[in-house]
Amino acid sequence: MIQLYDYVLSGSCYKVRLFLSMIGKEYETIPVDYYPGSEHKTSEFLEINPLGQIPVLRDGDLTLRDAQAILVYLAAKYDAGRTWYPEDAKTQGQIAMWLSFAGGEIMNSSAARLHDMLFYDFDIDKVRKAARSAFRVLDDHLTDREIAGADWIVGNAPTVADIACFPYVALSGDGGITLDDYNAVRRWIARIKKIPGFTLMPGIHAN
Amino acid sequence: MTKTSDPVALNDWQAVGNIDEITSGKRRNTRLLGQDIIVEMDGDRPRMFEADADGGMGTEHPAQVLYGHVWTTLGTPAKPPLDMPEFLEDGRRLVACGAVTVRASALRIVENFLDMSHFPYVHTGVLGEEPITEVTDYKSEIRQPDDELWATDCNFFQPQAAMSADDGQISEYMYRVSSPFVTVLYKTCPAVAGAWDLVGIFVQPREEDVCDVHTFMLVFDDTSSYADLVHFQQKIFLQDRSILENQLPKGLPLSPKDESAIRADGSSMLYRRWLRQKGLVFGTSRSDVASRAA
Repeated sequence: MIQLYDYVLSGSCYKVRLFLSMIGKEYETIPVDYYPGSEHKTSEFLEINPLGQIPVLRDGDLTLRDAQAILVYLAAKYDAGRTWYPEDAKTQGQIAMWLSFAGGEIMNSSAARLHDMLFYDFDIDKVRKAARSAFRVLDDHLTDREIAGADWIVGNAPTVADIACFPYVALSGDGGITLDDYNAVRRWIARIKKIPGFTLMPGIHAN
Repeated sequence: MTKTSDPVALNDWQAVGNIDEITSGKRRNTRLLGQDIIVEMDGDRPRMFEADADGGMGTEHPAQVLYGHVWTTLGTPAKPPLDMPEFLEDGRRLVACGAVTVRASALRIVENFLDMSHFPYVHTGVLGEEPITEVTDYKSEIRQPDDELWATDCNFFQPQAAMSADDGQISEYMYRVSSPFVTVLYKTCPAVAGAWDLVGIFVQPREEDVCDVHTFMLVFDDTSSYADLVHFQQKIFLQDRSILENQLPKGLPLSPKDESAIRADGSSMLYRRWLRQKGLVFGTSRSDVASRAA
């Protein structure tokens, strides 16, 4: 059975839980005492992921770190229809671009949340500003997509790019960032919540 | 803001940090009732100082270690922190779930903790589940001589009442509010017949509308991992956080005209009345003060 090293309040772990639920794949979690225990920085955990980060996925003899990498792997291996990570090169290139954005610029929203909620030492004004800049880029993109008649970040069906970008956009309120100025983003969030298999995490509400 | 002048809030013991976070030689700089404070361990002895304008150590105040946390006060408390003899019982596990900052009045945190009616909607599948949404009759009272609020005979169907629960159960609850920012829940233990598990929150009021919430569990559970227990409690608490941050007005209204008399709110009404009788101002909407001034 697939094993997920998991923290219940992590938006990155939630990416994986959400996607596994949407593709209907069973898994078991190994809870990591991320806060307050900092278990992800212990020598035992660094053996599993030398970067000291969660999530980590285990499937047979494969160990994978990084939520984006895990999403690509799960989609390529377990989505028989290959809609979540289509096989054509152009789509894969576009998805990779947004996966990198999800693991990069959008993580400023995660930093704001860790600062406001769990006492992490970030420059809060700086990370909020960077998160808003990222949300502006995403909102402009989604507006263009809507004008073109498309609902999702890449292509005409949800892909792993949507799942990777979703959590820390939807959790932005935890870090004191409202989505009032990002109309297309809010409509996209509402669409994601209607995908079959959608699940919640603390801070993300059904409506 | 600067230090409150509210004597009710000042003359009380407040928890300001888990003992694991304040090790010897390491200071915790935090806020209490609008005042910058410095908490440190001097060997086994906790000390608390007001921080002066340039961050130095100002006036020292009393501090003590109790229930895995450092307790302190900026005033002269008339009574000690609550008595929880369960902390001395064999076989219980203390799980300190870490502090979480919430941009809401400490009083709203406590009031929400007392409210069972939100379980099926906010803690779906864990502490409640539709269609079983009824809060049945329970008793709430102020107990003397300790001047504590108790709500007893609270029963609620819970799909997963605790980490150690395999199945749904009717949980029996007793709520205890020992001081405005300190509350403990006694709850049917799924693992040991006849025993209560304790879940408590020590709310550290930083500003009128910002607090740090120190959560702990004191449970009989030999099977769950420590991380499992922490996750269980954090999941529940963080399901409430964003809702609490959006409640308006930011201060808890204490005026009698703000009460809506529905039975499920019995303990909430009593909590507000109790706070009003104490004359607490910090963290309230001050509607009483406003109407008196008018």
